[in-house]
Amino acid sequence: MNVSKNATTVGVMLLTCTFAVLEGLVLLVDVGPSMHNLLPEVEKICSMLIQKKLIFSKYDQVGIILFGTQETDNELTTEVGGYEHVLVLQSLQVVDEHIIDALQQLPRGTVPVLDAIVVGMDMLIKKFAQTNKGKKRLCLITDALCPIKDPYEGTKEDQISTIARQMMAHGMKMDAIVARGWPNKDANNKIRDENDRLLKLFSKYASAKIVHAESPTSLLGSLRTRTISPVTVFRGDLEFSPKMKIKVWVYKKTSEEKFPTLKRYSDKAPSTAMFATHEVKVDYEYKSVEDSSKVIPPEQRIKGYRYGPQVVPISSAEWDAVKFKPEKSVKLLGFTDASNIMRHYYMKDVYVFIAEPGNTKARVAVSAIARAMKEMNKVAILRCVWRNGQGNVVVGVLTPNISDNDIVADSFYFNVLPFAEDVREFLFPSFSSFPLSWQPNKEQQEAADKLVEMLDLAPSNKGEALPPEFTPNPVLERFYRFLELKSRDADAPVPPIDATLKRLTEPDHDLLSQNKSVIEEFRNRFELKENPKLKKSSRRLLIEKPSGFDEERDNFEGADGAKAVSSVESKALVKFAQISDATPVQDFEAMISRRDSPEWVSKAITLMKNKILDLVENNYEGDTFQKSLECLIALRRGCIVELEAKQFNDFMSRLWKFCQENHLNSFCQFLESKDVKLITKAEATDSNIGDDEAKCFMATREPKSEL
Amino acid sequence: MAMDLDPDDIFRDDEDDPENELYLARETNKELLVYLVDASPKMFTSARPQNHMQEDQNQETYFHVAVSCISESLKTQIINNSYDEVAICFFNTREKKNLQDLNGVFVFNVAEREFLDRPTARFIKEFNCIEESFSKQIGSQYGIVSTSRENSLYNAIWVAQALLRKGSAKTAEKRIVLITNEDDPFGNMKGVTKMDMTRTTLQRAKDAQDLGITIELLPLCSCSGEFNDMIGLEGDALTQFMPLAEQKLEDMKDQLQKRMFRKRKVRRITFSIANGISIELNTYALIRPTVPGAITWLDSVTNLPLKVERSFICGDTGALMQEPAKHFHPYKNENIKFSAEELSAIKRVSTGHLRLLGFKPLSCLKDYHNLRPSTFLFPSDEEVIGSTTIFIALHRSMLRHKRFAVAFYGYSTHPQMVALVAQDEIITAAGQIEPPGMHMIYLPFSDDIRHLHTEENAVTSRANEDQIKKATSLIKRLDLKDFSVCQFANPALQSHYAILQALALDEDEMPEIKDETLPDEEGMARPGVVKALEDFKVAVYGEIYDEENRDNENTSDASKKRKVIAENAAKECANYDWADLAQNGKLKDLTVVELKYYLTAHNLPLTGKKEVLISRILSHMGK
Repeated sequence: MNVSKNATTVGVMLLTCTFAVLEGLVLLVDVGPSMHNLLPEVEKICSMLIQKKLIFSKYDQVGIILFGTQETDNELTTEVGGYEHVLVLQSLQVVDEHIIDALQQLPRGTVPVLDAIVVGMDMLIKKFAQTNKGKKRLCLITDALCPIKDPYEGTKEDQISTIARQMMAHGMKMDAIVARGWPNKDANNKIRDENDRLLKLFSKYASAKIVHAESPTSLLGSLRTRTISPVTVFRGDLEFSPKMKIKVWVYKKTSEEKFPTLKRYSDKAPSTAMFATHEVKVDYEYKSVEDSSKVIPPEQRIKGYRYGPQVVPISSAEWDAVKFKPEKSVKLLGFTDASNIMRHYYMKDVYVFIAEPGNTKARVAVSAIARAMKEMNKVAILRCVWRNGQGNVVVGVLTPNISDNDIVADSFYFNVLPFAEDVREFLFPSFSSFPLSWQPNKEQQEAADKLVEMLDLAPSNKGEALPPEFTPNPVLERFYRFLELKSRDADAPVPPIDATLKRLTEPDHDLLSQNKSVIEEFRNRFELKENPKLKKSSRRLLIEKPSGFDEERDNFEGADGAKAVSSVESKALVKFAQISDATPVQDFEAMISRRDSPEWVSKAITLMKNKILDLVENNYEGDTFQKSLECLIALRRGCIVELEAKQFNDFMSRLWKFCQENHLNSFCQFLESKDVKLITKAEATDSNIGDDEAKCFMATREPKSEL
Repeated sequence: MAMDLDPDDIFRDDEDDPENELYLARETNKELLVYLVDASPKMFTSARPQNHMQEDQNQETYFHVAVSCISESLKTQIINNSYDEVAICFFNTREKKNLQDLNGVFVFNVAEREFLDRPTARFIKEFNCIEESFSKQIGSQYGIVSTSRENSLYNAIWVAQALLRKGSAKTAEKRIVLITNEDDPFGNMKGVTKMDMTRTTLQRAKDAQDLGITIELLPLCSCSGEFNDMIGLEGDALTQFMPLAEQKLEDMKDQLQKRMFRKRKVRRITFSIANGISIELNTYALIRPTVPGAITWLDSVTNLPLKVERSFICGDTGALMQEPAKHFHPYKNENIKFSAEELSAIKRVSTGHLRLLGFKPLSCLKDYHNLRPSTFLFPSDEEVIGSTTIFIALHRSMLRHKRFAVAFYGYSTHPQMVALVAQDEIITAAGQIEPPGMHMIYLPFSDDIRHLHTEENAVTSRANEDQIKKATSLIKRLDLKDFSVCQFANPALQSHYAILQALALDEDEMPEIKDETLPDEEGMARPGVVKALEDFKVAVYGEIYDEENRDNENTSDASKKRKVIAENAAKECANYDWADLAQNGKLKDLTVVELKYYLTAHNLPLTGKKEVLISRILSHMGK
């Protein structure tokens, strides 16, 4: 990339978006022999990081340094010698898609080394010197299993402290991910422990975070692929009393990363239009109920608030004058026993309270209160109004977060608690009130105890499996992966869920096979059976779907509908008077094509309609929708052939209405997406529906809010 | 729906996604409820147990307990925006008012409302003062006396059943709640008459039940078993509710209120444990934020609601279009298109089931592992017999081993990792405090957890022993006695509805709502507390606390900056003739920056689109 052009891009960027802080990131990836089995995961996570940068911060710069390679290629080695087996795969430059290509297939190295950090620092310093105001970050991915070379002078510790101080001086941060713990080859414990100790030194002298990833899943979750600069929710006093206040800053500790909001796509622009945005604008018009041609202008609109069946009109000014306006403040109400606040009362995402940065006294005060609370097992109850103009108050619980290292100060977590109106106090029967036959006997209880004990995700000899901190969101991972695939091939199919992420959605096979006898015992001790009193159609709970996803997807893709109907001829005429659950389409087709009695056609149509309604009504999370669709398509085809278009069209309205009444809008949406239309005049002469009307059917019936 | 979005909706926090189903306890169908309140003279006796009798026992009759509980639940109904319909019907009354013109039954109602309808502001208001006017307008009188063959209980059930004829049994849940302190309604009667009355009443109740109406008895006295048999109730309706005479009145109210709500399950789910063992669970939303109802736009001239129409316009051609089937995401200077099926396929990472992954000790569940309100799980044997047994066994083991289960909840639109925490039943004299079951806590993923990089040496700012000791005695002083979660009413919500009620009834005076969430200033001013605070302050800050804090306030960067901005705005603002601009409709010619000078100078909010800013300026100028 041309340097001067690069500079202007950055300049423009700074002008247009003054708040964004650019980041220069150097990935330091260990490709030495012991890392080989981890590299597929490393490739994935690094690609994901670049992808997110392309989307969320596309002016950031990224460099990649591999170490442990056979080759040597870096500036330091040419300048001062040494630094062998460190290969600059990519010098620092603004992110682009080629970096992803480079990361897809990392070369496998042959030599174990671990001193690329200096090369990475050198890269950042040379590129940005003192001028760059942005953030500088090193990201080291290694298993730290090979020995660190002795320096030319001084000890290894000295060397690390020098490097770390340099890092600090240049305002660099480092994230080190130490990946190990699974197929762990004969690791040399002595070297491992020494390396761990040395790495830890970094966090003592510099802003470095060392993370141990102990499974492929947690490796995927351990690198923060998107950096969000924290924003305070509140800065001000934590008031104990009007005379005693502690200066605090409040941040969000958890905040859900949502599925990206996609824009609606318009295909109206001619394909030749190069600069078409393809965006869709949504316009809202407020119309009078009596005269739908009359659009009411904004100044003639007034807000109405519901009170039971009444709607009370209030202008904004009126409302502002009377509404509840608490003052910005964070006040302590008092302390209570931690056991008094049960975990399930936490309402929302979580906040963290820290002492005002730079205010030593405030930090001591926070530390003293937090430690005292911890010792006494107490929590504090606060009333918070984060900002002026906020129309409500928040009552919540403050719990101590005692830091276990010297770099991080003590702090608090804050969780919102419910108000009286937010709690529904339903009564449930006591377990002891259930009949004796429902109570587990001694053997059953023992089997359950065993299961709870043995199906252990946090064994003491190993690290915790699936800790939320290192567990990636499978849906987001998959979305971004699909995005990348689609950018290469617009017709790419949805990729199957990554094998590494299956650990999240399904129990770990190793864990299951280790505890086979425990599970068998559990299974044998308890008896489960379907309730015989229930009608057949609602029985679906016992049937375990075989790890669902892939199969479901196949069905999805094979749903052309046309294919299903073409089997009419091939099917022998069997004397079916019923439409079965297993093969409804075939049964229907067989029945409707019978000619031994004129009754068959109407009987088949009626039975099929009922079958469809049954299927839709008994859906569980939409699991029957696909089948319903197949039936519907077969019914449509049958009605066209038999000139029974009206039957089908009427049924569609009925089905639509049925869905609306029974909260089955999801099925309507599903049909819409499948483009199931009414039968038109063109298709069957007995229909009185025009082309346009058939198309509009769905659109006009779209559920509107109940106004 | 998007059309109800209100830009100024201050109650909703930015993160709350109103469309997220998890937040809204789904109201699958509405409920039609008839309260049958016994108004016999016996109900007007004092409900306070004899030995607790105090001077201030004004009006604490059984009748009062019943009426105030109904009153509360009507208000809750308004706040929850429910579409449920209610009728209140007294029996054993002197006057009569009902469609069948039966004796001893009085249906309470107000103008512009059907007998069985959603509660209105007037209904709630007038019912609130029912006790004052009761003896004059309705009157209490025993309806079953040996001198006549009148059967007021029979009549009451008949009236209730007739009221509940409304609406189909498919879409509505129908319920009669009978509140009385009479354990033997036909005690005055003898012989054949008694038997006959018992039989006919029983038959009437049975008929009602056959029509899909549930009858629940909320007895206000101890020995209700007999009554129960009397009207042929069965099932678990009664087993849990047996207030005893020695119980506190508050508890009785509490229990009565709990019983007035119908348990609504959110959905039924399958919990796969291992190796093909799957049990059936029902989920309940016991805790969900209650927010003020959505806004409806009205025509300010006619006060009629407006219809909102959404149309899609192609950004390139300006053509009107159907709602597009495809969406796109910009990536690498391209628009990557996705169909709705693709998007839903991405989200389908597992079957819709709840799948057990394993167990962890409770200490692994951190305070920051939270995103949204939890969901309650309770077993059901309705479809799969044996579910409850397995659930109880696991529940017990988890409590015993202090472990929670980690599971994956593959809900189609929002798959998530969850923690299942077993909760033991907690019962006190006041009844069930926590039901037995498991709470499903939605865990964050790594992307949802934020980390703060603070670069300060924390060693120097760690509290010493003495400071911790001072903090300890401070905490002891500030202990909240008997604090219970959700003891506070939400002041914003209460004031919202109080204002609406006043406006709906055209009242001039705006109600004052007490904010229960404010700290106890009196308590904080007690000498012991003041001293503990002072000691702690000195231990941490030394003598310089006040000075330092004042300094801090003066030098706060942000406030300085704000001040500069405000001053600048005031200066700039003076350069325009706002009245003239407004008069001639020229405000729209100014830039947003210019408009904000006015807003900043007058301390008005700066949020919203240009249109909103202009209308804010206009309304501030009184135009």
